[in-house]
Parts: sequence; structure tokens; C-alpha cells
Amino acid sequence: MSLLEVKGLNVGFDTPEGEVHAVNNLNFSLNAGDALAIVGESGSGKTQTVMAIMGLLAENGHVNGQAMFKGKDLLQMSTSELNKHRGSEIAMIFQDPMTSLNPYLSIEKQMIEVVIHHQGLNKAEARAHAVEMLRAVRIPDPERSIRQYPHEFSGGMRQRVIVAMGLLCEPDLLIADEPTTALDVTVQTHISHLMSALRQNSNAAIILITHDLGVVAGLCDRVLVMYAGEAVECGTVEQIYYDPKHPYTQGLLNSVPRLDRPEDTELHAIPGNPPNLLSLPEGCKFRDRCPKAYAACTETPPMQIDEGQHAHCCFRGASE
Amino acid sequence: MNERVLRVQDLAVHFKLREGGLIRPKTHTLKAVDGVSFDLNAGETLGIVGESGCGKSTLARALLALIKPTRGRVLWLGEDLNKLDEEALRKKRQDLQIVFQDPLAALNPRMTVRDIIAEPLWTFFPKIARVQVDERVRGVMKMVGLLPNQVNRYPHEFSGGQCQRIGIARALVLNPKLVVCDEPVSALDVSIQAQIINLLKDLQKKLNLSLVFIAHDLSVVKHISDRVMVMYLGRAMEISCRDHLYRRPLHPYTSALIKAVPVPDPKLARLASDTGLTGDMPSPLSPPSGCVFHSRCPVSITRCELEVPALRRMENGDWAACHRAEELDLTIGKTG
Repeated sequence: MSLLEVKGLNVGFDTPEGEVHAVNNLNFSLNAGDALAIVGESGSGKTQTVMAIMGLLAENGHVNGQAMFKGKDLLQMSTSELNKHRGSEIAMIFQDPMTSLNPYLSIEKQMIEVVIHHQGLNKAEARAHAVEMLRAVRIPDPERSIRQYPHEFSGGMRQRVIVAMGLLCEPDLLIADEPTTALDVTVQTHISHLMSALRQNSNAAIILITHDLGVVAGLCDRVLVMYAGEAVECGTVEQIYYDPKHPYTQGLLNSVPRLDRPEDTELHAIPGNPPNLLSLPEGCKFRDRCPKAYAACTETPPMQIDEGQHAHCCFRGASE
Repeated sequence: MNERVLRVQDLAVHFKLREGGLIRPKTHTLKAVDGVSFDLNAGETLGIVGESGCGKSTLARALLALIKPTRGRVLWLGEDLNKLDEEALRKKRQDLQIVFQDPLAALNPRMTVRDIIAEPLWTFFPKIARVQVDERVRGVMKMVGLLPNQVNRYPHEFSGGQCQRIGIARALVLNPKLVVCDEPVSALDVSIQAQIINLLKDLQKKLNLSLVFIAHDLSVVKHISDRVMVMYLGRAMEISCRDHLYRRPLHPYTSALIKAVPVPDPKLARLASDTGLTGDMPSPLSPPSGCVFHSRCPVSITRCELEVPALRRMENGDWAACHRAEELDLTIGKTG
């Protein structure tokens, strides 16, 4: 049985301008110890997918479909039921290290709250555990640091604190939403190492959300590429990096600036901008920006899966 | 082509910080930029790279005389910008423009695109005819890849990448000679980053602009820079020609930054080594003695703790501030 199985997930928002379809008919599954990357530009629905799974959608949001976690549907749970899983079995690292900590509470208060609530430890035990975790993420002098407030830390340190909080209860599933986007490259490397250590040590599954295919390669084993709320391609990292089928995936790969290519290689950008989710084009949604689009693309291309479980939806990709 | 336009000599910007009570406040000196020198030619791009807090943005502001330096000089076409009176400096600013990091925050949400782009024109030529302004605004919009029929829209109607194009249009409307780009792409998606980098590269060629391009990631500046300066705690660690820097960096810090860039290739990425850097950047309020980088340097020796290394010119014309620059071979690419 999969740890997490998402079937036919739809997320929409009611706005004064009309209904926004943020996620359309999304399917994926994850076993214990798997690391899946969800990749796509801003507005492709990556974040709303995991927000829906965690029950954290904004008030005007609605969701349908299934998200089976250990055989139980997260989407049908009440808040109190969800709270038994959130934080302990499923942890989430949010994008912005500057805003996801409470500035009024010391790091200690914020960290031990989770452990006391979920694992029933007393304060001293919880504190010792939190200090241990801070040491694991290489926060210098953790006994002293834990008494400090978020503003006393740099961005990289704050993100490490958030990673430490995510790991406190040894979750079975860690969802990391752009955990390194706001950080310097040197810190980014370190956070990636931390997450892959977690996977090795406790067999946790990871969902990594990012717009940068560069950071995925070393950390994940499968990649789901999203565009305008839909999955356009899904496969192993090898399939996605060495044999991308969808022109959008190819575009994302080509736009990563690479140090292992000659200096004068031209950067290939994907032309245009992500579409407005209020007025999506008919047929293939990537059509307007696609260098390979042709007449058939006015119809919606179906998802095709080959023997290697490499799925993609593009008429061109099938023939070439 | 090889005319030197900008000359920066021993530039330092120190900030005084007060801490503690009203009675006996302590003053600390934060050396945001401490003794940076470089030249820039017409039509050349200098990339400036370093982690947050290394003084890149402060340097950018000092280059445009937006903050007064504590020490040193910024010479624009031979004239010291900080010696000019207000009116003369204002006139010079026509040549010197800046593009900011956060594209949406840099644009006034209550102004239309036309007003945003035209504002510098009105400031410098108050008597200019409306028709002329309109023509010029539409001209630069086309140049940066915006549709001229969008002049009446507001910033919130545009995506991040398009807002950055508006920022670039505003910087170019006066036909400047130098544009300082302060992390112009770090807030953008990778796919859009490439658009903006390519756009700036094209514009530079077309207009023979000098560019100072600031980023925190070496991979981003690689495609646009002729030379790259690596900064750490307010000092220049290395200034090298691009082709040298990415193949054989002279400073261990440059080498660590290169190793930290993720490789988008699953086989190579699994082999990727750690950067070798230990710990975080020290507080700029109490920088380490000697070489400011020695506390994190994987190859530091005793001399590094005692003696500040000067930025020295190497045989091949590059500059490095490392005692061991000659003896170390930091060639990149043994594993890719």
C-alpha cells in the first residue's frame, strides 16, 4: 500500500472574477522512503496541491478527489482528526523562512509545542529533544540559540530551524515547499543534504516543491511536472532529465543556468508567461508558449504512460 | 570600445550602529563595504556575486552615489561623483540607472506603466512635449518586449517577469551609459530568469551599455558577465575574467561557491561534493582577523589568521585576495 495516494485531485477558488481552477485532476502516489519533486512555474498549482492535502486551503478554496494517507482519506477528515496527523506524521516546511516563524515566541516555545502535543513528553524532555534536533541541523551552540527569537537569526539559520521543527516528530512524510528558494547557494546545499539524511535515517518520504530543476537532481527519484494546474509529465529523474518528452519539461531544463556547460552557451528561456487561470485556453494549455505546437494541439492531449511508467501528455512527444 | 567609464578606488561604506540603553549606548561599526577597487569599460559587464550580507547591494548604491562612502572614490568618466554638488550630480544621474531586485515592490502600484516609465523623462526634461514622451515610452516598451498597448495598465496586472521588464524600461528611458542591476532575477522563476538575462544581454549589445550585474549565485552571472567579482564580508575576494573564473578560480571561496551550484543532471548531482565550507558567514560586526574568510576556509593556514591578504594582480591579469592563490590549484571539472 502506498503511503500517500492522490487521486483525481481538483482544487478551485471562488474569486470575484470567477472560479480559478488551480489544480485539475491530479494523480500521484508515494511510498515510504520515496522522494518526489513537484516542479513548475509560479501559478502551476504545486503549492495549492499540497495545501489541499494538508487541509490548509484559503477560505474561498474548495477541493475534491482523494488523498489517501496510510489508507485514510485526508480530504474527508475533520480538523481535529487532521491535527493528529499534521505535525507528527506529516510535516511541512514552508517557503519563506522570514515569515513562517512566530516573531513573538522564542524558538524553544515554538519547537517544544509540537513535541509536547504529539509525543506527550514533558517540558524538559521536549527541550532536550529540540536541542538535539538543532544540533543535527548544525545550529551553533544550540542550548543558547534555542532561547533566542527568530529575528536574531539569519535567513539560512531560520530555515534550518524550520527544517529542524519539521523533523522533530520524525514524520513519515515531509512536504517541503521551495525550502531553499530564498537562500544562498551554500545554505541550499546544506539543507538538501539534511533532507536526504532524513530520508536515509528514518525512511521518510519527501515531497519537494520547486521551480528549479537544478536542485531536484541530487535529492529526488521521481519528478512530477505541472503546468497550469495539470500534470504534464511524470517519471524517474533519469527519464525526466535524460529523455524529457513534454516540450514544457524540455523548456524548464534548458532554462537552468548551468556551470558544466561552456561559458558562451545561450540560455534558452521559455517564451511568454504562465497563463491566466481564469481564462485557460482550450486544448493543450501550453500551446501558446510551445515551440512545437501544431493543429492537433487545440484538442486536449491525453496522458500516455509507457512501460517505464514514464507519463506525459503531448501529441508531439508521442511521435518524436 | 575599451574606454574606461567607471573607476572605483578603495571604496568603503561603514555604518554606525547604536545598541543598548539611552544612557551609555554602545556604537558598533558595520563595515558593509571595505576597500573595494575595480574598473569598468564601456560596453562591459561586471558580475558581482556573494552570499547575503556580503555588501553587494551597499556597493551598488555607493556606485550610484545613493550613499556617501566612508572612504575612497567613485570616478564616473574621470569625475568624482561625491565631489559634485547636488545639481551636477543630478545631471550625471541621467547616465547612471538602477534595476531593483523585487520587481513588484519597485513599481508604484498607483501609477500606470506609462507614468512609471515616463517619470524620469519628466524629471529631467520638464518641458518635453507629451507626444514625445509617449513616443519614447512606447519605444522602450517595445525594446524590452512589452506590448505598447499596455501603457495604461497598472503593475499588479503584470507577472513578475513583466514587472521586471517595466523596471528595465524605466532604467533605459533616459539612454543611460551605466545600468546597475541589483539581483534583477533572483525573485523570478528559472524559466523567466533566462528571458530577463537574455534581454539584458541583447540590450547591452544594442546600446553599448556598461552593466554591473549583482547576483547571489554564480550560475546566473555566468551567461552575462565579461568579468566577475566575488565578494565576502565587504571585501573583494577575486576579480577574474569569466572564462578563467569558472575553470580555475583563484580563491577558495569562489571554488566553494561554484561547487554549491546544483547540477541539473541526476548522475553528476549524486557525485556532487560538499562545498567544504564550514559554518555560516560570521557577523559583519565582528569580522574575523586576518583574511575575513579564514574561519570557513578549507585550506587556511596560520598566516591567514594573522595577515590580511591584499587583492593582488596575478600573472594572467586576474585579481585575488588570498595568500595561497599561486600555490593552490582549484581547477574545476574533475567530476564535471
